[in-house]
Amino acid sequence: MRLPSGGQIDRDTPVRFRFDGRDYTGFQGDTLASALMAHDVRVLARSFKYHRPRGTFSAGSEEPNALVTLGSGAGADPNVRATQQELFDGLEAFGQNAWPSVGFDVMEVNDLLSDFLGAGFYYKTFMWPKKAWERLYEPIIRRAAGLGRLSGKADPDRNETAFAHCDLLVIGGGPAGLMAALAAGQAGADVILCEEEARLGGRLLSEVEQIDGGPALDWVAKVKRSLKELPNVRIMARTTVTGVYDCGTYGALERVSRHMPRGRAPVDCFWRITARKAVLAAGAIERPIALRNNDRPGVMLAGALRAYVNRYAVAPGRAVVIFGNNDDAHRSARDLLAAGVHVAALIDSRPDATCDLPLAFHPGAVVTAVHGRNVVEAITFQEASGRSQKLQCDCLGLSGGWNPSIHLTCHLNGRPVWDEGIAAFVAQEGAVPGLHPVGAAGAVFSTAGALDTGAETAGELLSQMGFDPAEITVPEAERQAYAIAPLWNVPGTGRAWLDLQNDVTVKDVRGAAAENFRSVEHMKRYTTQGMAPDQGKTSNIGALAVLADATGRDIPGTGTTTYRPPFAPVPIAAMGAGGRGTGFAPQRFITSHDLSVAMNAPMVEAGLWYRPSFFPRAGEKTWRQSCDREVAMVRSAVGIADVSTLGKIDIQGADAAAFLDFVYANKFSTLKPGRVRYGLMLREDGHVMDDGTTACLAPDHYVMTTTTAAAGPVMMHLEFASQVLKPEWDVRLTSVTEQWAQFAVAGPQSRALLEALLERDLSNDAFPFMSCAPITLAGVKGRLFRISFSGELAYEIAVPARYGESLFRTLVARAEALGGGAYGMEALNILRIEKGLLTHAELHGRTTAFDLGLERMLSPSKDFIGKAAASRPGLVDPDRERLVGLRSLGPVLQMTSGAFLFEEGAEPVRENAQGYVTSVGYSPTLPGFLALAFLKNGPERHGEQIRMVDHLRGIHANCEVCDPQFFDPEGERVRG
Amino acid sequence: MRLTCPRCGSRDLREFTYRGAALARPDSQEWSPAWDDYLHLRDNPAGLSTEYWYHGLGCAAFLIVQRDTRTHEVHSVTLAAEGRT
Amino acid sequence: MRFSGLRVLREGLSGNKGWGPQWRDPAPKPAYDIVIIGGGGHGLSTAYYLAREHGLKNVAVLEKGYLGGGNVGRNTTIVRANYILPGNSEFYSHSLKLWEGLEEELNYNVMHSQRGLINLFHSDGQRDAFVRRGNAMRNQGDDAELLDRDGVRKHLPYLDFDQGRYPIHGGLLHRRGGTARHDAVAWGYARGASDRGVDLIQNCEVTGIDVEGGKVTGVQTSRGAIKARKVAIVTAGRSGQVAAMAGMRLPIESQVLQAFVTEGLKPVIDHVVSFGMGHFYISQSDKGGLVFGGDLDFYPSYAQRGNLPTAEHVMEAAMTLMPAIGKARVLRSWGGIMDMTPDGSPIIDKTDIDGLYLDCGWCYGGFKAVPGSGFALAHLIATGRPHDSAAKLRLDRFRDGYGLMDEEGTGAQHHLH
Repeated sequence: MRLPSGGQIDRDTPVRFRFDGRDYTGFQGDTLASALMAHDVRVLARSFKYHRPRGTFSAGSEEPNALVTLGSGAGADPNVRATQQELFDGLEAFGQNAWPSVGFDVMEVNDLLSDFLGAGFYYKTFMWPKKAWERLYEPIIRRAAGLGRLSGKADPDRNETAFAHCDLLVIGGGPAGLMAALAAGQAGADVILCEEEARLGGRLLSEVEQIDGGPALDWVAKVKRSLKELPNVRIMARTTVTGVYDCGTYGALERVSRHMPRGRAPVDCFWRITARKAVLAAGAIERPIALRNNDRPGVMLAGALRAYVNRYAVAPGRAVVIFGNNDDAHRSARDLLAAGVHVAALIDSRPDATCDLPLAFHPGAVVTAVHGRNVVEAITFQEASGRSQKLQCDCLGLSGGWNPSIHLTCHLNGRPVWDEGIAAFVAQEGAVPGLHPVGAAGAVFSTAGALDTGAETAGELLSQMGFDPAEITVPEAERQAYAIAPLWNVPGTGRAWLDLQNDVTVKDVRGAAAENFRSVEHMKRYTTQGMAPDQGKTSNIGALAVLADATGRDIPGTGTTTYRPPFAPVPIAAMGAGGRGTGFAPQRFITSHDLSVAMNAPMVEAGLWYRPSFFPRAGEKTWRQSCDREVAMVRSAVGIADVSTLGKIDIQGADAAAFLDFVYANKFSTLKPGRVRYGLMLREDGHVMDDGTTACLAPDHYVMTTTTAAAGPVMMHLEFASQVLKPEWDVRLTSVTEQWAQFAVAGPQSRALLEALLERDLSNDAFPFMSCAPITLAGVKGRLFRISFSGELAYEIAVPARYGESLFRTLVARAEALGGGAYGMEALNILRIEKGLLTHAELHGRTTAFDLGLERMLSPSKDFIGKAAASRPGLVDPDRERLVGLRSLGPVLQMTSGAFLFEEGAEPVRENAQGYVTSVGYSPTLPGFLALAFLKNGPERHGEQIRMVDHLRGIHANCEVCDPQFFDPEGERVRG
Repeated sequence: MRLTCPRCGSRDLREFTYRGAALARPDSQEWSPAWDDYLHLRDNPAGLSTEYWYHGLGCAAFLIVQRDTRTHEVHSVTLAAEGRT
Repeated sequence: MRFSGLRVLREGLSGNKGWGPQWRDPAPKPAYDIVIIGGGGHGLSTAYYLAREHGLKNVAVLEKGYLGGGNVGRNTTIVRANYILPGNSEFYSHSLKLWEGLEEELNYNVMHSQRGLINLFHSDGQRDAFVRRGNAMRNQGDDAELLDRDGVRKHLPYLDFDQGRYPIHGGLLHRRGGTARHDAVAWGYARGASDRGVDLIQNCEVTGIDVEGGKVTGVQTSRGAIKARKVAIVTAGRSGQVAAMAGMRLPIESQVLQAFVTEGLKPVIDHVVSFGMGHFYISQSDKGGLVFGGDLDFYPSYAQRGNLPTAEHVMEAAMTLMPAIGKARVLRSWGGIMDMTPDGSPIIDKTDIDGLYLDCGWCYGGFKAVPGSGFALAHLIATGRPHDSAAKLRLDRFRDGYGLMDEEGTGAQHHLH
């Protein structure tokens, strides 16, 4: 019911919204929970297991009950806390985890079966018959479990991530946080103040009290103005600090536009904040007292009652009973009375408690039960005398005390410490280096104390950071007393709830203890206590206390629980915002990309790069037709391929030759300027890492090429070798992959093409195989290499990347004039298979030089990386799977990569496997299917027949084992 | 986590790559127990650990980082090739 | 006490007063035939199979904290047998067969759910690698099916097939792959072992391993000395420290692996899905939480927590692959300590010290290995010979280079996972 006056809502701005298909009106400044409360909507949700009706329990992000689904369609947002959701015009929300509605849910039948559904019951049944778990039980359980429902469609909304840096991060904009931010801001420090709510003030928003001789909120407004004037202070409202990570890194979720209709603004922004120091001014969270049926709609935290009255001007009930074990409960009673709400009784479990409020006060009494189903109708309480009486009411406020919000101090494994004085866990000193709790988070429960500790701690941190803390006056404020006598649960029959969300009762915890789940972790995991969306923020300590009692231990002796990040749940879309669409990984484009696309070449991912698959011509209907034509073109005329994606590393220095000797298995110090050599690179564990050619441009200047995939790893590997293993050598490494565009010009007509283009003699005498030379092309300095990955007479020509597109255009035009043209990855692959040349299909990380038939490249006359490990007996055993070629015998449908090899007649099982196929292609040249494979003792088995089996595709083929160089084994063409 | 690169200053973890325990490579070109030690066997300390890190998305320096594996506290960061510029 | 639906019914009708402790809490005896260090999944299953398969009951499991508190209680619960290389193939295949009868075996519902695992691939090269994997699985007698793009779409319609950075080309379906309720596995084995006479001793930290004349004689613990004829180190995550008590250095480096769970949601993901390009895998628990993980944080740590860049990378993979789960909220993240061996594959072996056994190096694959590992280690301890399924999980394979099991081909070195 809305109160006639008061509150911080804007009564001049009505806001229309819908809940479960009905229209309502609230005010600007309402949350969904407060607006529904104003309309006496009591049932907002259903509990997880028993589907009991549930109403609003708290007034903040700790809410265990009032979870709703916001919106509909693809962007439906499940599990939104109604207590945190600001109202906006047109907001539409739905109850969830209920059918047909939260008001009447047929699944409530579970509640009748609760005797059979206690903690862990599912571990003891559903085991028969064996197959029924996946087919029968699990589907039923899955459908019944879960809370909200995702739409099943791609999230249509936009999100962002961002970085921020500051000297002091202030977590929480209540009195302690405001004071700390003000002190730091005035001292000139860069300050970020994160406040979870839309407005600054923290708990002050929910209280009626005075600061600096006036209303507390006037002081808040004044401080806010001062902070806004400071350019070094950034106030981030609606921002929850969700996690603490190492070395002053914090994660924070800013709810950018959740308080307005969906528009173009991002919904959330996930911040990574780096702070030199931080104060934790996150306040405290109230906890309830477990008693029979304490989960009924209308049972709330006592502190939340006065938040609704003071802040939102709604009465949570028409007759309210407040039950607590501490002084703070009295404040709720006082404020409700002041607002004109009928308080039917204040029940304080402390026999010595006193109260001068004009209401029925029962010291030493306890509430033993709540009556009513969809709403509280009455309670029973037991007076100090032992007499029980029933009292009509529609709302029960519970206060079992306050827990400092120390969650963030546990994110680096700090264990909280039990404080008898306030019967709560407090932060372990130094649990997070640089993070200091102040105010209620630091177990100081008065406003004056919050202001004091905020100013004082900020001052100390500023001095530590080298700032001169300005004189700051701490204003006058109330110094409320907080006395408490622990009471966790009221004994009695029936079910008393601890974890409202997961339906964990006192009985469940006691039952778990009886079954020997006595460790806190066992209890949690067995009962699911604290594992619901609220992470047990209001229930964990109570459950721990019940476990302590059940096992005859005290609370610190029983243990505590670990709080893990995030403090409040973070949408995957927010933290992963960068991954949407193509954002997951950078895209690298070759200079001929646009031209290739214009030529209708399908571009395929190759690591981060995109490369053309083939260049279709008119009349070609399949990729195979294009590929076959391109292969034939290279073999008979000339082809052009962009090979710029290969890694290029510029190596300079007096010791460059020695360095190459060290990083390659074969020798490079004998390589003369103007010459190129194929190099084999091993990892230190003796396996092949990569291969490629390295050209000697001058005695102290080389350029190395790597495979596309290995460019990054090889660069790091070389830097390691240079900086760590050979720091005394004069070598400098620079990745120049992006700087050079490089094209293969391959085929019998390649010489003619390039001689015409470059106007120079490229005959075997002038420019033999494995030569390199600087060139000038239209005034542009470039490089020419005579190397081949096709087995044809071939060259690679490199120019600065900005001329790449132009050169590609020229080369393709000239090639076409000679009966050739561009060729893509598919043809490139066939050409190299025909020659038995290697890619990462063969250099897959587990192969050795020995496996590849390259053992002669391991130079005996020098040290090189991987030399020692490559000599281990297991790496040179003849029985290893070693490289061979396979040729199909007879007509075969297909040969396939990933198939295994077996001897004729052997059953195709692991024990009989002789090897496997790595590369397959149809050779139009030979013609027929060819494959590269690794076969046990392969080189000794040329000429044998072997059976290829691909179980997955149902393909079996008989093959002949042969040399992997299928085409031109003498290498005449490449030298031609 | 953050590391303070001697060249670049305090930088986020995402600029760096761990590159193994900081151990001395054996001189021998023959396989030996020393090589097995270097490549495979580890003290794997729960406590202070001396490691190589690569500032690959920064200045490309290899760093020697002393770090506590229990707390992730960084004790020191120096250039692996001290003296080189 | 035998668990059954009938029992639940009977107890429910009589106030649930009849449930007793699921395992005993005995004080440690001064001597045992066999001491197992570590009361995690592997330690408990080893104890269980020692008693069940070999009749060895004078066995103690010593646990520093609480039973099942190690990696068996902090993983992404995936159970599969989809390895390429000999050694791993037969081991995980055997382990999966044990999983398939586990509820019956333990009389405990570990909720082993063979909901199917799909490994997605995004290029021809990846397809070929998965074809090889699938064929290796079939060679081993396990199941594997190749799905094309449309096949994947039939199973996983909610994936982003068109906009991702790495379009989905197809997938490898392993129908017998799935998940299990991780804690229940530990508890089920604990209950089974305890019922068969094994002493499970919690809050008992081993502080020393006694070796005399090259032979193990017992252990020192926070609850006193315990003599033993055989001792097994089954402490993945802490293997190096415990082995050091016997003077051993292991080929192990401990690294962090993070995992994440969202708030409970109605069923949305029915399989286990693994993203080939993004080191991302996900399933939905029976409670409704999406359980997912990614790659290692890639540095040594015992802190049981990860850092932001890896967490963000995992979420980014989720958003590029399945933006339909964008609205799901991450509830909790945690980090496990992975016993990483150079080749990423485990070790079950004797050591040079007589009577001292080692079960370690489970990397990020230890959960699905729980039954197989316990079975094989129990066999090794009881008979002195390796079980057929685990004969290749040798400690000295790095020294001689025989039978390295570098499944990912990234290199058998610690920094190359």
